[in-house]
Amino acid sequence: MSSTFETVAGIIAETCDIEIDTIKPESHAINDLGIDSLDFLDVAFAIDKAFGIKMPLEQWTQEVNDGKAKTEEYFVLGNLCRHIDSLVAAKKA
Amino acid sequence: MRLEYFQMVDRIVVHDPDARTIRMEGLVPDQSPIFEGHFPGYPILPGVLMIETIAQTGGWLVLMHLRFAAMPFLLQVEKAKMRSFVSPGQTLETSAELIHDGSGYAVIAGSISSNGKKVCDAEIRYRVVPFPSETLRDTMFDTARRIGVPEEFLAHA
Repeated sequence: MSSTFETVAGIIAETCDIEIDTIKPESHAINDLGIDSLDFLDVAFAIDKAFGIKMPLEQWTQEVNDGKAKTEEYFVLGNLCRHIDSLVAAKKA
Repeated sequence: MRLEYFQMVDRIVVHDPDARTIRMEGLVPDQSPIFEGHFPGYPILPGVLMIETIAQTGGWLVLMHLRFAAMPFLLQVEKAKMRSFVSPGQTLETSAELIHDGSGYAVIAGSISSNGKKVCDAEIRYRVVPFPSETLRDTMFDTARRIGVPEEFLAHA
């Protein structure tokens, strides 16, 4: 079974046509990988489907806009995967 | 249908909130300036308007699912296939299924049939945001009542 990061990296590589070797846990989806908002929604849809979750994108965006969180919290892939794992765990609980 | 005003569906036939599906209907008008250009001597409904028809069918489904708390805007069209021509005077039966209710976005699979034959199908994605204009919001509620959205879905009106 592949790790959360491997699954997410695979989704990004396929959805955004990015070489998978360039996708690292420390990569920032926007600043490093150049993923725009439309492509990010494609990625979000694929992640939601793959993990059976609903990532709270609106809440995350609001937190960033309100200055309560930095974009790194949700767009650096290692952090994103940590949030995905939490959502999956919450769903199972 | 009033093509010039982008009114692509006339009424709701069946809405199943539990199955997250909807069926709607629209009568393609006999006359429209659109047919003068598309095409002279051979009037057919433009494929982009078939896609718009599916987008509106799914859009009403999303609006009802959200009880009109937010507005879906067309974001992405996937796997669109125009399978046959549509002529003036044809009745279109449209359907959509909500396949994902995401955070700030939604995805539907939709299709159009006419006389029992599939005409067009596509997967449509929407960005779902708060109504950006009171005029738009009021117009959507007025249109909702005209096409047969039950009052229980218009709680935010």
